[in-house]
Amino acid sequence: MSAAPIAIQERSDLADVRPYGPKPRRMSPGRIGIYAFLIVAALFFLIPVYIMIVTSLKGMPEIRLGHLFSLPHEPTFQPWADAWLHACTGRDCNGLSPGFYNSVKITLPSVAISIVCASINGYALTFWPYKGANLLFGLLVFGAFVPYQVVIYPLIIGLSSVGLFATLPGIIIVHTIFGMPILTLLFRNFYAALPAELFKAARVDGAGFWRIFFSIMLPMSVPIAVVAVILQVTGIWNDFLFGIVFAGRSNWPMTVQLNNIVNTTTGVKEYNVNMAATILTAAVPLVIYFISGRWFVRGIAAGAVKG
Amino acid sequence: MQKSWRRGFHLPAVIGTVPMILVAVGVFVIGVGFSVLWSFTSSKLFPTYDFVGLAQYRRLWADNRWLISVNNIWFFGLMSITCNMLFGYLLAVFMDQRIRQEDLFRSIFLYPFAMSLIVTGLVWQWVLDPNLGLQAAMRNWGWSSFSFAPLVSADTALYALVVAGIWQGSGVTMAILLAGLRGVDEEIWKAAKVDGIPTWRTHVSIVAPMMRGSFATAFVLQCVGVVRVYDLVIAMTGGGPGIATSMPAVYVIQLITVRQNVGQGMAAATMMLLPVLVVLAFGGLVAWRRKRQGETEA
Repeated sequence: MSAAPIAIQERSDLADVRPYGPKPRRMSPGRIGIYAFLIVAALFFLIPVYIMIVTSLKGMPEIRLGHLFSLPHEPTFQPWADAWLHACTGRDCNGLSPGFYNSVKITLPSVAISIVCASINGYALTFWPYKGANLLFGLLVFGAFVPYQVVIYPLIIGLSSVGLFATLPGIIIVHTIFGMPILTLLFRNFYAALPAELFKAARVDGAGFWRIFFSIMLPMSVPIAVVAVILQVTGIWNDFLFGIVFAGRSNWPMTVQLNNIVNTTTGVKEYNVNMAATILTAAVPLVIYFISGRWFVRGIAAGAVKG
Repeated sequence: MQKSWRRGFHLPAVIGTVPMILVAVGVFVIGVGFSVLWSFTSSKLFPTYDFVGLAQYRRLWADNRWLISVNNIWFFGLMSITCNMLFGYLLAVFMDQRIRQEDLFRSIFLYPFAMSLIVTGLVWQWVLDPNLGLQAAMRNWGWSSFSFAPLVSADTALYALVVAGIWQGSGVTMAILLAGLRGVDEEIWKAAKVDGIPTWRTHVSIVAPMMRGSFATAFVLQCVGVVRVYDLVIAMTGGGPGIATSMPAVYVIQLITVRQNVGQGMAAATMMLLPVLVVLAFGGLVAWRRKRQGETEA
């Protein structure tokens, strides 16, 4: 949907321009103003990351000179290696790599389970609404707005009563719970927009709940599943609060370890290592963002459209 | 459309949605219920059922740290939502001027949103660090009296959080509003031009009201983000200097974990829930009345 209207617009753009001939026009003051505003805004967004990258490639003596914007005189990748392998959080000095693997271990199952649950929910709500199903959905939508702090403590008590608090399955369950409202909304809206005849025809042919889901609905759900994956991977990877509360010390995700490394009060602050660590933590969602492009925006907007 | 034929009890549908039933009822009804219940007890580290009435709420509203948190969230919320909307709208309008390299600009404005709020907080903590960041750089360039260290002072730290919030979130507002702008019919622009209405006037009086949906979407996203602001505060200021940038979200977590005062923490959490409930009830009422009006007209 996103590509087509823009392509049309570009074409009409060309049609407007063509009568002026092939000669390139001078920029009017208004156009210069537009670009000036956009470039200044772009600098506002880019400068912090420029500072991070430049600083992460400098040695500590060079950083202490205080030339924030200057390029490194003797670029070094040592801070990056340190951040990955040796940076200290309290007593342990294993760098960020354990956090990275923890984040992978948390993110992959959480994304898979939450999307499977949400797609079944959306399908059942759209085509098999049993009595009370809409009330359940209403409660779920309410859950999308509840501040996390309201349900965190009951969840701690609930999970520890079944021995899952501060474990890997525990944090996966928590991510599944808090991903469910938005994802269910996403899938329900997607299935509701499908032609109802599709479902009725399969029903007349005698297919049941699971058969229709696996043979018809699931294969059609690829576009919405992609949006859901993008939404969940970035959301869960970037999570801090649930990780620090529910994952337990040995499963702390990358964001928590990053914060521990950087905001450790003991010892000399190694800014270059800290910045390298920060870039490493941001790398996964950024890669997803740059690969997925417009899908990313669609995912964000879809989450709030009917909220 | 006939819907009744497929209503009824389908066991597989119920089995398939067991996770949803558990989450909707177990977490968002029973869980929230227990939080509210414990706010009326004297629970310390573990929940008890020793009811003390409204005592926790009285203590909560007598706690200076909570009062500051509440003030902060209003200030932060109003400032960051207003700035985000204005800046986002401006960016969207400028982006809509058939500019070159639109995709490049869009990527630049939006990428901070892909990163964790922890990352955003740390980045801005360094940029605003007096010995390392902007202030030091400006002084090195010869402007020796340049002073810009908002995070160090209790009066200005909140503004720094707002700036970081804008850096992270205004790109999304831009993307949503730009989609809304593109949805406005070209003919309207032409008609306004023919009538001799200045462009800014067309924006304010005609186009912006037509984009109500996009504004609402962006606004809801912002609000949810503001209520949940926790990571940003923790990474950027840790609630400091002192308690100057404490927020309700931070306050609740601190009471549960560090100060081990669950009863009062749950009272604070209930206070966080209250405005959300009011807004949702209001929204529900509006939707219900509109639906009824539609039915009577039909």
